[in-house]
Amino acid sequence: MTGPSSSGPAAAGPADRELLEYTLRLGDNSLILAQRLCEWIGHAPELEEDIGLANLTLDLLGQSRLLLGLAGEIEGRGRSEDDLAFLREDSEFRNVLIVEQPNRDFGHTMLRQLFFSAWQLQLFERLSASNHPRLAEIAAKALKETRYHLRYASTWVVRLGDGTPQSHERAQNAAEELWRFTGELFESDGVEQKLAASGIAPLSQDLRAPWRESIVAVFTEATLTLPAQQWMASGGRSGRHSEHLGYLLAEMQHLQRTHPGAEW
Amino acid sequence: MVSAAQRNEPEAFAWQVLDNIEDPEIPGVGIVDLGIVRRVSLAEDQLLVELTPTYSGCPATDVIASLVSEALQDAGFGHVQIKHALSPAWTTDWITERGRVRLRANGIAPPQYTAASHEANLGPRDGVPCAHCGSTQTQLTSEFGSTPCKALYRCSACLEPFEYFKCL
Repeated sequence: MTGPSSSGPAAAGPADRELLEYTLRLGDNSLILAQRLCEWIGHAPELEEDIGLANLTLDLLGQSRLLLGLAGEIEGRGRSEDDLAFLREDSEFRNVLIVEQPNRDFGHTMLRQLFFSAWQLQLFERLSASNHPRLAEIAAKALKETRYHLRYASTWVVRLGDGTPQSHERAQNAAEELWRFTGELFESDGVEQKLAASGIAPLSQDLRAPWRESIVAVFTEATLTLPAQQWMASGGRSGRHSEHLGYLLAEMQHLQRTHPGAEW
Repeated sequence: MVSAAQRNEPEAFAWQVLDNIEDPEIPGVGIVDLGIVRRVSLAEDQLLVELTPTYSGCPATDVIASLVSEALQDAGFGHVQIKHALSPAWTTDWITERGRVRLRANGIAPPQYTAASHEANLGPRDGVPCAHCGSTQTQLTSEFGSTPCKALYRCSACLEPFEYFKCL
């Protein structure tokens, strides 16, 4: 995964540590969800969805390459996007917990995608106005793709929710199961506050209301009920992950760990 | 060996060379016509070519970069530097008229709307004119096709499947 890269300074001065942390979070979110989605390839309910999920995977992988490449530059220790993807331990990953949750049925994957893409849409809309030009251009690019992801997931959630009693029940169950991972998406910590103060990143807490509104609109059409307020899981951004991430990384990193530097 | 064209107007000559490079995933359509080549400039003896990816994860990006380097080096440019420019983000609005004609000739319906339009925002829908017979009696079968930039359709008039280049 190497190639000619974009230009422009990566680091922005005093906020470097926070900038690195933030960029890793975004890159890891896209990378880990790409890995989860590509597990569907060859297993999706029909060929069109197999191809659709592979396309989403590619977009997310592309985002993660840009973001991890940028993170490597900010860090300034010569680590490439590959080093960051394949040679970090699970506790060094900064992704939110929702993206590492194992695949269940197709409806579960569509609900996860809806929650995540609706969040990414709000985030990238704001981040594309960041005064960090590199983050802004990656966000502006990814935003266009995210609109397709969100539309894809929304269409499926409506079709399943407003479908047969069985598809409705399974979609509702998936929503209930995934809801506890949505709280973390809107937590703003010191890293974000520092970046927000310098106009580099939006505060996640500000994304909650518009996100919720977009989810309500889809759920209403899908005849699904928004899950009740409940305990929210958290910790992914600081490296406290569920056990599922370790298994995912074992598979994803196996080749590079076994044959360091292997290319194909 | 340096040709007269290259010596006198090296940048225009480079564009000519690039004009003959087809997109590896959309055979028959050139990377210039797709709007992937953003800028060509010569500084001292180094030729800088700016390329933009269609989608962030487009797997053809690296292949295109090496096709461009090889073609320009074969044409006599000694030092070719490829830069990937993300901004402004690629849009289907940059596909040229000739590109649209060639897409259609290769069984791919060109984008119907400008990227920022309300219609484009609604996503691919039924009724995109068939790339083969032009009928609008067509149905979307999948929002995603063989590459992220295309959707799949079938035509009820000529009964052929075809691809549609989505607005982006």
